[in-house]
Amino acid sequence: MSRRDDQATGRAGVRRTVTRTLVVLAGMFAFAFALVPLYDVFCDLTGLNGKTSARAQPLVEQEVDASRMVTVQFITRGSQGLPWHLEVNTRQIRLHPGQREEVFFTFRNNGDATTLARAVPSVSPSAASLHLRKLTCFCFQEQQLAAGETLKAPLVFQLTRDLPADIKTVTLVYTLYPVQSAQAEVARRESITEGDSA
Amino acid sequence: MASHLPPKPTPQHSTTTAGGMAESGHARPRGLMRWLLTTNHKEIGTLYLLFSLTMFFIGGIFALVVRAELFQPGLQLVQPEFFNQMTTMHGLIMVFGAIMPAFVGLANWMVPLQIGAPDMALPRLNNFSFWLLPVAFLLLLSTLLMPGGGPNFGWTFYAPLSTTYAPPSTSFFILSLHLAGISSILGAINIIATILNLRAPGMRMMDMPLFVWTWLITAFLLIAVMPVLAGVITMMLMDINFGTSFFNAAGGGDPVLFQHLFWFFGHPEVYIMILPAFGIVSAIIPTFSRKRLFGYASMVYATAAIAILSFMVWAHHMFIVGLPLVAELFFMYTTMLIAVPTGVKVFNWVATMFRGSISFEPPMLFALAFVVQFTVGGFSGLMLAIAPADFQYHDTYFVVAHFHYVLVPGALFAILAGAYYWLPKWTGHYPSVRLSQWHFWLSVIGVNLTFFPMHFSGLAGMPRRIPDYALQFADFNLVSSLGGFLFGASQLLFVLVIIKCVRGGEKAPAKAWEGAEDLEWSVPSPAPLHTFETPPTFQPREH
Repeated sequence: MSRRDDQATGRAGVRRTVTRTLVVLAGMFAFAFALVPLYDVFCDLTGLNGKTSARAQPLVEQEVDASRMVTVQFITRGSQGLPWHLEVNTRQIRLHPGQREEVFFTFRNNGDATTLARAVPSVSPSAASLHLRKLTCFCFQEQQLAAGETLKAPLVFQLTRDLPADIKTVTLVYTLYPVQSAQAEVARRESITEGDSA
Repeated sequence: MASHLPPKPTPQHSTTTAGGMAESGHARPRGLMRWLLTTNHKEIGTLYLLFSLTMFFIGGIFALVVRAELFQPGLQLVQPEFFNQMTTMHGLIMVFGAIMPAFVGLANWMVPLQIGAPDMALPRLNNFSFWLLPVAFLLLLSTLLMPGGGPNFGWTFYAPLSTTYAPPSTSFFILSLHLAGISSILGAINIIATILNLRAPGMRMMDMPLFVWTWLITAFLLIAVMPVLAGVITMMLMDINFGTSFFNAAGGGDPVLFQHLFWFFGHPEVYIMILPAFGIVSAIIPTFSRKRLFGYASMVYATAAIAILSFMVWAHHMFIVGLPLVAELFFMYTTMLIAVPTGVKVFNWVATMFRGSISFEPPMLFALAFVVQFTVGGFSGLMLAIAPADFQYHDTYFVVAHFHYVLVPGALFAILAGAYYWLPKWTGHYPSVRLSQWHFWLSVIGVNLTFFPMHFSGLAGMPRRIPDYALQFADFNLVSSLGGFLFGASQLLFVLVIIKCVRGGEKAPAKAWEGAEDLEWSVPSPAPLHTFETPPTFQPREH
């Protein structure tokens, strides 16, 4: 083969290699973004990230498993830059799997302006999150509180009987996060508002 | 063996048709424009190496600020806010500005010479990918002067620290990382295109020198993971500026997702920084043992195995985020599996030296130090791979000791070894032996004084990235700081060696080292601007 032919095949080869690498490149960039929904699906299926369902789930009618007790702990946390306080009426309850429970949380806005916030739940151990069903939860929407306003909101939940036997304690953490008003779909809270505390 | 590679008489300063400049028919530009417009792989390689050396000193000064503050407990020199910026910038600059460009520079210089190609496959793209780097890093360094300071969230820039709680300059940091990433990607495309298409007639894939092989695999890793990094920082940019919630728990996002995405990039990235080092050492040890490399094919397969495994181990950086037991076990076992191909490599290097006729020229000193000290880093990596033990070690100085052992006496020593090995080819002169030995010994002592005590302070529980520490860690930190300044100062000797070597010194013949057999030693020293304009005849050696 003459040198000119060599160069021509070389150039065609280079073009082919470059095209292929660019395709891989574009594919990997798209893959990085595809990982975001894939991760959510994966976590929904396995409960790996300790997230609970973002929507109300119906009660599973089942007999209460009176043979064992599970401790459920509640932890509330505030957030930097948000002058809200979140409190729960009981730090810890003991219940049987299958049992329906109700706990009340109290939000208070200590700031001097109307602000929006959302309480984001996290369950530990994460394996329990698949068996925690929430019938009612304030965490399904954002809350809006005027300065000094107080809001009492219920959490109604059930731990289903298929909760793995090695789980003796379930911890439910609610962390308050500030929400920009532009992105908020404000909670409908006609029924649960207790009125101003002031 | 040498008879297989007859030195081709190459005209000293050819003006024929290979280089981009000469082809266009214009006179070659002089002065600054020569460097700005060059498309010659050797000149661009030199630019990369000089850029990397500059960044190495800037990142080194940042490290010394950190070490000076940690010299004794309490706050003496800098405020915690600035300390955080120093640790972050040190990491970013060393990873993206020093180690990676140094390897790309070596690839630019040596890959065409080692495969008998006249230049890189895409010379103009080559110029562009280099000149993106100074822009990227000037931008990154300029964030230090911006209101609120530069990046202060660690080189791993975990969200939400790098989004919700980040300084306002973070968008500039993201832009600079995008530019550096594009530069790496273009460099990788160029290297792949060169290696796959421009090999000398008769050179099969399994005849390529290992530096070429390791770089080919590294380039594929770059193509696979740099887009993921680009994706992650784009998501950060959108979270910061456009109100999305990829990593924002308040909006339904997940901060742990950031860590998954980051380390899906980050773990292959650490192999990007070590595989070319394996290639350099695999060239140097046979040369100075006057034997062929032991187990060439197993070296190639081990490199490929490490590259493939690197995609399956990322969550060992995240053992404490609350992974389920199954995942902890999976990532623990895959991580430990990497020790197998790495062990194959270390075994092969030692077996190459076994009954060899070894001499201890400066490149060999650095390569030997690489083998020993990289193995130290590998062992501490195995300790960290044990998930239950990692709960104790996580985010302590033990981790700092581990990755500095694989990056400084590992990757950096291999780069220094490569520089000493190829300086005769680049400049036509041997580097001063006495100065290089001083550089070597001071570096070895400095590096071990700096990083070995960190194992102990880490096991005792000293957390990383904190400007102050409990009194019990004072002695270890004092030693680390003294060692750090010794190591930093001794790198000035390296600059002196280079300057002296460029200006003069003992003349080197085409085949500068007695046992060196690859194609680059068949062209004159210093290598003329244009080499292999007619492809050399390559006689495969048996491996």
